[in-house]
Amino acid sequence: MLSINDLHVRVGEAEIIKGLSLELPAGEVHAVMGPNGAGKSTLAYALAGRPGYEITHGSAIYDGEDLLALAPEERAARGVFLSFQYPLELPGVPGLTFLRTALNAQRKARGEDEVSAPEFLRLARSNAEALRIDFDMLRRPLNVGFSGGEKKRMEILQMALFAPRLLILDETDSGLDIDALKVVAQGVNGMRANERAMLVITHYQRLLDYIRPDRVHVLAGGRIAASGGPELAHELEREGYDKYSKAAA
Amino acid sequence: MSLARAIETGDVAEVPSRRDEDWRWTDLAGLVRAIPPRSPEADAAILSDGPFADGADFEIVFLNGRSRQVGPVRVDAGERRTVALRFVSRATATAHLSELAIEVAPRGVLVLLESYEGEGRSYLADAQIAIRLGEGARIERIVIVDEAADAIAVSTAEVDLGARARFAQTVLSRGARRQRFETHIRHGEHAEVRLDGVYLLDGDRRADLTSEVLHGHPNAVTVQLTKGCVRDQARGVFQGRIIVARGADGADARMGHHALILSGRAEVDAKPELEIYADDVACSHGNTVGALDEETLFYLRQRGLPDAEARAVLTEAFVGEVVDRIEHEAARDVARAWVTAHLRVQA
Repeated sequence: MLSINDLHVRVGEAEIIKGLSLELPAGEVHAVMGPNGAGKSTLAYALAGRPGYEITHGSAIYDGEDLLALAPEERAARGVFLSFQYPLELPGVPGLTFLRTALNAQRKARGEDEVSAPEFLRLARSNAEALRIDFDMLRRPLNVGFSGGEKKRMEILQMALFAPRLLILDETDSGLDIDALKVVAQGVNGMRANERAMLVITHYQRLLDYIRPDRVHVLAGGRIAASGGPELAHELEREGYDKYSKAAA
Repeated sequence: MSLARAIETGDVAEVPSRRDEDWRWTDLAGLVRAIPPRSPEADAAILSDGPFADGADFEIVFLNGRSRQVGPVRVDAGERRTVALRFVSRATATAHLSELAIEVAPRGVLVLLESYEGEGRSYLADAQIAIRLGEGARIERIVIVDEAADAIAVSTAEVDLGARARFAQTVLSRGARRQRFETHIRHGEHAEVRLDGVYLLDGDRRADLTSEVLHGHPNAVTVQLTKGCVRDQARGVFQGRIIVARGADGADARMGHHALILSGRAEVDAKPELEIYADDVACSHGNTVGALDEETLFYLRQRGLPDAEARAVLTEAFVGEVVDRIEHEAARDVARAWVTAHLRVQA
């Protein structure tokens, strides 16, 4: 589904991703683990198309299409969803307004009909219930004054509503206590499907106890330093990133 | 010097210029070389609906400075009225003046739905309104300024508040070649003022929101919030002055002006001033001018909103804080729709 080949990404003057290759087939969950500064968030932003993340070399083919040639909103409409490490606050924009505007923008871009107001409310309500989100929270400006856990749950709610096909989770566990982590992981696991792939980016193995990956990749020095099964995550937890960081440097 | 006197006397030397400190950012003298002839009478029978067509129980129209209204608009003691006040300019390269007095007797309540509607081109328009509120009287004034892009227009209000009176104002402007909205307020004891504004400017339009609030009696409250968005070569001006006189203790005055500059060549000039001569007061002002946050913008685009729509959503939310403070529900809806329409056009 996603095929990244020899990707190089520059942010400002610095080259952060330096020849990264990765195959992510449909139906699989891959973890990308790495130390701070390895380029984890840069990879996530580059795949989502954040301005300022300049692709200097390489390719990313998504469903046979050149992902990197598309605007961020075009990627979103094709099913690319980035769950932010620090979801943004939108003062003055009620959550429901935002969700409906975004959902309809994606549908419009795909040539589908917009969702009617009652249909949308029904959809939002049932998804909020499943994630144990108080519906009144959706009437407040998105993420304003929300705790870290509440913000992450709002990300999962959006995921559930938009039903993306490629999920990129950037440090979804950061700032979560164990109960919040379980709720969020449950939401993510509920999204696992044959036609859907996930890239789970994390520093710690802890998240992978709850979201079990099919493959684990170690990102160090801007490229994939090692790949393996779920056991690789445990090895990293025991031994740390030192040997990969040193080898990359 | 005032535009009104210049039009009245035909003396171009009366046109405000940048030599006057209060006009240094809105220099009219450089644009007006000669006072044009007076605007002709226009046919009032072919008047379209104003922005507040629904909801008012009485309508006053000034068409090229002429009105059937004779004498002041009065609200009697304890009476409630909703009045639409329209200044329509259907003129090309001519000048006109409008003058009106409004008197609200003690405990009277007036909702004033005011609009400036430019149907012509290159006109000079001046409006002057004198407003008196008796003890415990209340006014909510909502103003939509839609002048022609190449017009020069000035509106000035002098507002006198009795004790415990309340005056709330929200001005929404999209500017003109030069457009100035000036409000002068003299507080009463225990009186309350809310003085809000929104300006949304594009092209070569300019708007100037200028106000002066005098706390001459104790225990009066002023809250002021103005927000603006400018793009292209547009230019916004905010001048807010609050004066707390000696002996006006217990004054509580808060002023905020915040602007978004949406393109490199747009400009915002702001001058918040607090002059305090009393001891026991709580006064503050905040002023920010900046751009839309790039990370927030990316967040919206990642969720599927095209760039222009994402910008519109964020700017709408930014000025929405001011619109939400309008108390009159129908007027708030009109204001919100007006903001949405102008931001979408800009996008």
